[in-house]
Amino acid sequence: MSANQSPENGAGITYDSQFYTAERLHEMHRSMLFIRRFEEKAGQMYGLKKIGGFCHLCNGQEAVCVGIEEAAQPTDYMLTSYRDHGHILARGSDPTAIMAELLGRAGGIVKGKGGSMHMFDVERNFAGGNGIVGEQVPIGLGFAFASKYKDDGRVTLCFMGDGAINQGAVYESFNMAALWKLPIVFVVENNQYAMGTSLERASSETHLFKRGISFKIPGMRIDGMDVLETERRMSEAIEHARSGQGPMLVEAVTYRYRGHSMSDPATYRTRQEVDEWRSGRDPIARLQGQMIEAGLANDEDFKQRDKDIKKEVAEIAKAAEAMPEPDASELYTDIYNDLIEHAYPYPGRED
Amino acid sequence: MAKITYREALNQAMCEEMARDDRVFLMGEEVAEYNGAYKVSQGMLEKFGPRRVVDTPITELGFAGLGVGASMAGLRPIVEFMTWNFAILALDQIVNAAAKMKYMSGGMYSCPMVFRGAGGAAARVGAQHSQALENWMANIPGLKVVMPSNPADAKGLLKAAIRDNDTVCFIENEINYGDIAEVPEGEYIIPLGKADIKRQGTDITMVAHSRMTGFALLAAEELAKQGISAEVIDPRTIRPLDETTILNSVRKTNRAIVIEEGWRFAGIGAEISARIMEKAFDDLDAPVARVTGKDVPMPYAANLERMAMPSVLEIVEAARVVCNRA
Amino acid sequence: MPIDLLMTQLSPTMTEGKIARWLKKEGDTLTSGEVLAEIETDKATMEMEVVDEGTLHKIIAAEGAIINVGMPIAIIAEEGEEVADDYQPASNAPSAPPAPQETPVAITQPTVTAPTPAVATVQPSAPTPVVNERRIKATPLARRLAKQKGISLAAIRGTGPNGRIIKADIELASKRGINLGIGNLTTQPAARPMPQGPLPYHADEYERIENSMMRKTIARRLSESKQTVPHFYLSLDVNMDRLMDLRAQLNGAAGDTFKLSVNDFIIKAVAKALVDVPAANASWTESHTLQHKHAHVSVAVAIEGGLITPVVRFAEQKGVVEISNEVKELATRARQGALKPEEYSGGTFSISNLGMFGIKNFAAIVNPPEGAILAVGATEERAIVDKGQLCVAQMMTLTLSCDHRVVDGAVGANYLAALKKHLECPAGLLI
Repeated sequence: MSANQSPENGAGITYDSQFYTAERLHEMHRSMLFIRRFEEKAGQMYGLKKIGGFCHLCNGQEAVCVGIEEAAQPTDYMLTSYRDHGHILARGSDPTAIMAELLGRAGGIVKGKGGSMHMFDVERNFAGGNGIVGEQVPIGLGFAFASKYKDDGRVTLCFMGDGAINQGAVYESFNMAALWKLPIVFVVENNQYAMGTSLERASSETHLFKRGISFKIPGMRIDGMDVLETERRMSEAIEHARSGQGPMLVEAVTYRYRGHSMSDPATYRTRQEVDEWRSGRDPIARLQGQMIEAGLANDEDFKQRDKDIKKEVAEIAKAAEAMPEPDASELYTDIYNDLIEHAYPYPGRED
Repeated sequence: MAKITYREALNQAMCEEMARDDRVFLMGEEVAEYNGAYKVSQGMLEKFGPRRVVDTPITELGFAGLGVGASMAGLRPIVEFMTWNFAILALDQIVNAAAKMKYMSGGMYSCPMVFRGAGGAAARVGAQHSQALENWMANIPGLKVVMPSNPADAKGLLKAAIRDNDTVCFIENEINYGDIAEVPEGEYIIPLGKADIKRQGTDITMVAHSRMTGFALLAAEELAKQGISAEVIDPRTIRPLDETTILNSVRKTNRAIVIEEGWRFAGIGAEISARIMEKAFDDLDAPVARVTGKDVPMPYAANLERMAMPSVLEIVEAARVVCNRA
Repeated sequence: MPIDLLMTQLSPTMTEGKIARWLKKEGDTLTSGEVLAEIETDKATMEMEVVDEGTLHKIIAAEGAIINVGMPIAIIAEEGEEVADDYQPASNAPSAPPAPQETPVAITQPTVTAPTPAVATVQPSAPTPVVNERRIKATPLARRLAKQKGISLAAIRGTGPNGRIIKADIELASKRGINLGIGNLTTQPAARPMPQGPLPYHADEYERIENSMMRKTIARRLSESKQTVPHFYLSLDVNMDRLMDLRAQLNGAAGDTFKLSVNDFIIKAVAKALVDVPAANASWTESHTLQHKHAHVSVAVAIEGGLITPVVRFAEQKGVVEISNEVKELATRARQGALKPEEYSGGTFSISNLGMFGIKNFAAIVNPPEGAILAVGATEERAIVDKGQLCVAQMMTLTLSCDHRVVDGAVGANYLAALKKHLECPAGLLI
């Protein structure tokens, strides 16, 4: 990494021979910080019982979401598991709608029918938000299959956690993806713990990027706490997939600061371990340091931004909370496309 | 009208729909080069090429999910399970993904696709390959379940299923694959959710689907000789169920039996008889009876297998009991 | 174990009974055969005898209460038994009305009557009885049909599994209802409701007389007959000179042993004519016409508050004197309200005679399931033309009302001709 001054692009940072403009860096920083504050707000709302059920936060993993989004095209498909707030925010979906979804409001991004685990945004090619561990992997394969079928040049970015890597569905998908050279990048967000089970206790091969070898899927391990490295490596992986060479497996090493879900007491790891990651490897602090070092901003700028974002998030939460709950009539909508009259059961006509 | 087999009718439906719509493709084990385990997809590879007739590895969960994703991305997959027994491996994708995707995504994504294959018992293939699981599928909101009982219905219903914008579980029957009957050529579509009265009668309503429709018709013939006029209704679509046709018939006959190959507990018969009880209680002159497969894993020995399946004789007996003629 | 004394069915059509009088009071010892209570049915006041011996522990249904058949009216304690204070009669006591042999049909009271209390008025001290109808096994469809036809399930024997009443049982009962002289309701009571709202009379200008069970039964039965039976009428004059002479001779010779009425001869003649023209002795059912082998002649008897038709059975086999004595005896008991059900049901042909009131002729209403009824006018001197000569004779006009479904015009005419012959040549009646 080096700070530099390019005559065409002005101030910026060059990382691994890729030049990032100040504007783009600020945007990446803003996006990560927004996700962080948004998740903190969500945690707070959960504590106030305004958010129900399962709520999986991604504090600490922001660089993976933002770095990959930076590397992808908006037309590329993205699917992930139930820890999906960060990904869909990074995609650029309306944060008020996402907060409203968490609160179960009519204005939620999926009308209050999905909740924390099931966020979708068809306009931004974000296909969930899937609650069953590993389930999104064969589905992602289907998106990639469709892209090949239609020859539309899109790549599918299929996220999963280090827990999902042991699901059979993942290997079935690896096999077919490689067999048919489908344009898909499998991203394992290795945050060290599958719920409460550490990687070492669950996986015989802990180098997860190697888990595609028997399918001849090339793999790489990246620092998921470094947004620039993530962007850089993912660009390569996406290019590999888009060029018709088949799938790629990326292991992004990262860490979640919060428990698995809101009800997780996190007794399986030490406070010290969390603090080490938090203070030593935090992706936002890291980018901040790089930008200050490159003279692109100062502490005051970031403090002001943090203040602004906190205010923005507070307003978002307020606006989302002010929205009404879904209309009762929504109970029976969105089950079938083609309703069949006079047949039981059909939406809204049960008795 | 040409006389063709049930399997040819299915083949015709798929070929016509694939010729009509490039988004439609067939995927499954042995569907392409092998021409289908039961020869349903005979000649389709030659006609449409490997892009649209896709042999998969033996990986039901994987290719079922692939179908789900492809349908979300705008294609119209036909995913063949060699038999529905193997769909159990893929249930997460059918139940948790396909069925719920539209609802979970607030209507943004849906899964217009067909899961199809043979259901029910074949002959002498034992416990793991002989089961009727339509009640599992029919329990899930978001899925449609279609089961043709003859060649013409097989064609008309499969074409409708492929065009349908929801996920359709299309359950065929291996024993029926060789049945021959007249099938309308070209554009022949039977709307989903519409039961068919296969035989008119006045004394008792017999509701039977898939292979059991044939059993019920044979039973009706025997009952006619004994002076009992049986009406045979084939729901054709299990979900959504055309209860109107069934209830109208029961209002006429005041008596009903439901016949299914599957197990009794929480079966299709349980649902239909409950519907009749709920909505035609005051029209019933006898409790609704069920003739079902016996509550055992399917045995191998020929005699035991016969006993485990519903029989025409059992249907006749049940009808006589319900008609107070036993 | 205390015994629940239930309202029993005391007439074929009875579905509920009114406690006319208790002849025993609480604490009395009950001995088999003693009269326990008088029950007013739709036809008569019946005596309820003691069957289960013991002590009358508690009267549940007070005098005047109307109780459905099968519901408890009293509790009997067995000898030496202490009945718990909180003892409640079973709601589904098994000793429901004994099903009469020929599966007769009971008709529920049409719901068009004024809202009289249909449930027992309970003595304040008595434990609250459970007044649910006893559980009768019947299919939902059978229940619905029975309700529509006004048929009580209590009196029907089910032929379905476990004795369940099924549709066919209701249909059969509906058909047989006519045969048994019990009538059937082919129209729903609800279809012709009483006019709602205030009556066009001032309340102080009429007296309200509560309709008795008999009144209601007459109203219902005759309404049904007139509305469902296609009536037609045949009239004929009969020269009664010879019969009046014969009667005078016989009565003159009899002294105090008997006194024959004109009506006694008419009953005999009616029965003989029915033997001559059996087609006129017939009943309609949906599937068959029943041609009766014997003349069971119903004779309308006016009684307090209505009328009743005791039956002279096998009248064709009985002599005029025998008939005369029987009718007298039946009429006497009818006026006392003491006829047994079998004494006023099962007729095949009716006679209604208003001659004693000077009525010249009238048309009666067929009494289903009988096929015809004969209305008898007064015997009076009239000027007649006989062989071209104007002369005076004692004449009587008969009007036969026929159910056209079983008795056609020619059959009715043949029958009247046969009857006329017997009445005008009365000597044959004595053979």
